[in-house]
Amino acid sequence: MDLTRRGFIKLSGAGLAASSLGALGFGFAGDALAASVRPFKLSATSETRNTCTYCSVACGILIYSLGDRAKNARSDIIHIEGDPDHPVNRGTLCPKGSALLDIVHAPTRLKVPKYRAPGSSEFKPVSWDFALDRIATLMKQDRDANFIARNAAGTTVNRWTSTGMLAASAASTETAYLTWKVARAFGMLVFDNQARV
Amino acid sequence: MTNTWQDIKNANVVVVMGGNAAEAHPCGFKWVIEAKIENHAKLVVVDPRFTRTASVADLYAPIRPGTDIAFLSGLIRYLLEKDAIQHEYVRAYTNASLIVQEGFGFEDGLFTGYKADARAYDKSTWDYELDEAGFARIDDTWQHPRCVINLLRKHVDRYTPETVSRICGTPRDKYLQVCDLFATTAAPDKALTSLFALGWTQHSIGAQNIRTMAMVQLLLGNIGVAGGGMNALRGHSNIQGLTDVGLLSAQMPGYLTLPKDSEPGFEDYMRTRQFKPLRPGQTSYWQNYRKFMVSFQKAIYGDAARADNDWAYDWLPKLDNDGYDIIRAFEMMTNGQMNGYICQGFNPLQAFPDKGKNRKALGKLKFLVVMDPLDTETSRFWENFGPQNPSDPASIQTEVFQLPTTCFAEENGSLVNSARWLQWHWKAADAPDQAQSDIWIMSGIFHRMREMYRKDGGAFPDPILNLAWNYTDPTNPDPEELAKDMNGRALADIKDATGAVTLRAGQLLDGFAQLRDDGTTSSGCWIFSGCYTEKGNQMARRDATDPREQGIAPNWAWSWPANRRILYNRASADPAGHAWNPQKPIIEWNGTRWAGIDVPDYTPTTKPSDAVGPFIMNAEGVGRLFARDQLAEGPFPEHYEPFESPVPNLLHPKVQSNPAARVFADDRAAFGTAPDFPYVATTYRLTEHFHFWTKHALINAILQPEEFIEIGEVLAKEKGIDQGGWVRLTSKRGVVVCKAYVTKRIRPLMVDGRPTHVIGVPLHWGFTGQARKGYGANTLTPAVGDANTQTPEFKAFLVNVERTSPPVA
Repeated sequence: MDLTRRGFIKLSGAGLAASSLGALGFGFAGDALAASVRPFKLSATSETRNTCTYCSVACGILIYSLGDRAKNARSDIIHIEGDPDHPVNRGTLCPKGSALLDIVHAPTRLKVPKYRAPGSSEFKPVSWDFALDRIATLMKQDRDANFIARNAAGTTVNRWTSTGMLAASAASTETAYLTWKVARAFGMLVFDNQARV
Repeated sequence: MTNTWQDIKNANVVVVMGGNAAEAHPCGFKWVIEAKIENHAKLVVVDPRFTRTASVADLYAPIRPGTDIAFLSGLIRYLLEKDAIQHEYVRAYTNASLIVQEGFGFEDGLFTGYKADARAYDKSTWDYELDEAGFARIDDTWQHPRCVINLLRKHVDRYTPETVSRICGTPRDKYLQVCDLFATTAAPDKALTSLFALGWTQHSIGAQNIRTMAMVQLLLGNIGVAGGGMNALRGHSNIQGLTDVGLLSAQMPGYLTLPKDSEPGFEDYMRTRQFKPLRPGQTSYWQNYRKFMVSFQKAIYGDAARADNDWAYDWLPKLDNDGYDIIRAFEMMTNGQMNGYICQGFNPLQAFPDKGKNRKALGKLKFLVVMDPLDTETSRFWENFGPQNPSDPASIQTEVFQLPTTCFAEENGSLVNSARWLQWHWKAADAPDQAQSDIWIMSGIFHRMREMYRKDGGAFPDPILNLAWNYTDPTNPDPEELAKDMNGRALADIKDATGAVTLRAGQLLDGFAQLRDDGTTSSGCWIFSGCYTEKGNQMARRDATDPREQGIAPNWAWSWPANRRILYNRASADPAGHAWNPQKPIIEWNGTRWAGIDVPDYTPTTKPSDAVGPFIMNAEGVGRLFARDQLAEGPFPEHYEPFESPVPNLLHPKVQSNPAARVFADDRAAFGTAPDFPYVATTYRLTEHFHFWTKHALINAILQPEEFIEIGEVLAKEKGIDQGGWVRLTSKRGVVVCKAYVTKRIRPLMVDGRPTHVIGVPLHWGFTGQARKGYGANTLTPAVGDANTQTPEFKAFLVNVERTSPPVA
């Protein structure tokens, strides 16, 4: 049955009419209420299956966004709720997961690359090319200057310990794998994640 | 977790100790409530605070922070004394019967082989007595004085209920009630599940906290069964995945380990890893290590990893210590030994101990790169935010890059949950403005580096120039391509024993059983092999059907290893192959093979009469009550006080704290003592907040807007502190000024006859986001970690508290 919200309320009204409430004279309330209700907001959205970004229960969530994913139509996330089909959370979310929409749209989300020069008291917006070129240059300078090919005993060790990296705990496993490849190909040993805190 | 979240409902007793699942994992905790309602389970909570988990418990026992090993060792003593263990399980499935070497001993707080100058052990005596064939000697009758069960009995003998109560501050009657409830699950058809989290890991003895409980579970026969297991409730959405993929200093994907300086060649490396069976006929699955390792090198170096260059073994960096963990990294920064640091979705200024040290250390870097969806404190460490982050930007020469990244809602990929499920998720919208994925950023840095090495040369460019990068869009590899890399492929036609081709070259592997050590297969993470096969993306499966409603859901997403949901499930059946609990079997022997609702953790056709142990990853085939050389501070757990403790170690005052823990001199100088800092503090999370992230979300910032501490009514009265009044909380390392919440939930504990007060320090505030500015709990905490994992001791340290006046607005 294809039931709109407005239709549902009309039906409920009909149900009421047949009940004791109807007998008391409230039977027309349903029609009046239905006329005042707008179409269900989520009916015009796209639904995407995702996983809560916080703890390791990994509750299933449904993300609703405006936009039909056509070219040049920009999606805008307007609602997030628990996925009732998920075998662990069965539609529920906790006080953190219930507020996921607020973290997606947090005013402190970063939007452009920024750079702070030595001794400066402010960040300045920069281009991605400036940021990545500069980072790669600094990393190569440090690696070339401090890479240890052999230890004191002459054993090949091929390590780089003067630059380190911490990896993200909410990034995907695929991101993790690519990050591992890159960090270790450089010879990095000071390399860790958030498993301990 | 050895088991699944839903499987908790099968437990007869649920023990929450070292965690607070009702507040930290609310939607998983519903399965505890399900166990209580549907299975009449009893919930036991042991915690310094009367938490929300405790509020629905059948039995709550308070404990002094950092004394869990004493509590649980006493429990082991109780179970052995009352003979409340599952005999057949312990005899067949643990190393209780194996005989330990003659030289092994324990005296005055130290095991044999201690080297005080190195703060480490020579572990050569921590092993079994071997026979001529190299197998461990055994005494099934348990008469031999050096068989493990008798050594264990002797080791825990000191932990009488009186001693436990004096150390832990737990009232004796409560303690014995807990012991009684544990003992009920020694019955073969009864199960107890252990749910724990950072409350056990964040101690200088964290690994041994967990190990002690694992020993209890082995003695009770609760590992491998429905409603049982050791269930670590991981913190972050994919910290299990990042651990599985080996993003830890000494790790490689799939729990392979990086080589050390002492292993100059590939064969030296392999020698210490392909564990030969220690008992006749055992599986000892790590014998396949070479297949995993060669296939891994093929995955990341492709054709450049060849037999004649030892599969590019030299291209892996070698370790000259136990690992460059974060505490060591900040020590190195402090000493000027580091120039660059990249923080990807990680906020160490708030997250790691001794914030003042962290801030100074970051200021010694030449460059700091922060990749994050949010404006983190770490990226702004150089900026002056007043008392919460005092800084002088002009004096800090660090170049800082703040790079905006996508968040969960804006990317495809898999996350590994606490129950080892790889669940795929899909992108719902584009990232705001110029934000990019971590994959795009890491690729961008890599390509620029590779181009410079190609053009200009430089230090050892080989691994950079030869890193396999066969992606459709090299600047932004598709997560599905990366998942296929980890799953692995056949690089040549793969034939079975009869010579029939089972996989053609280029096809995706069905699982890790197909891996070869001759370079004809690749797999970037062997334990994930099977997650993305020729049948498609198994992680995206959404069939929630659940045979017998037993909490397995075998076709929902995909679980490592081999889609197995309950680890060690062979132990759910007795040696003859019948389920210990006939109401809730997992796998059983049907006369020709092992079958049931889960993938067997065992060779499916191995007969029960072959007596192959259920713990196939261990060389003995059985669970370890005696850990051999696997842990830093001993093969049996021992109670050591936290590095900051209000009392001397009652058992051996000369060995106060973990003798094998690494402590840097400047960190040791920053430890406080009880005369100056008389109260025990412990940090924790609130249910309304997640780490330092949700203070950026408006609703959460409204729900818990400002920093506070919790203190008990008795201490509040003693110190003249009012409900909601301002206090000054100090440790040797720093000061936090915030409000006090005076509560009945924390009460003084009688520790060795003296009242001991515990102060609770929630950790969620900082100086960015929408909540009010705060100092952060790590302003106070000591920089010392567990001797095995270097997990910092956030759960037990010393503070002082005074009432103070409100800060000037």
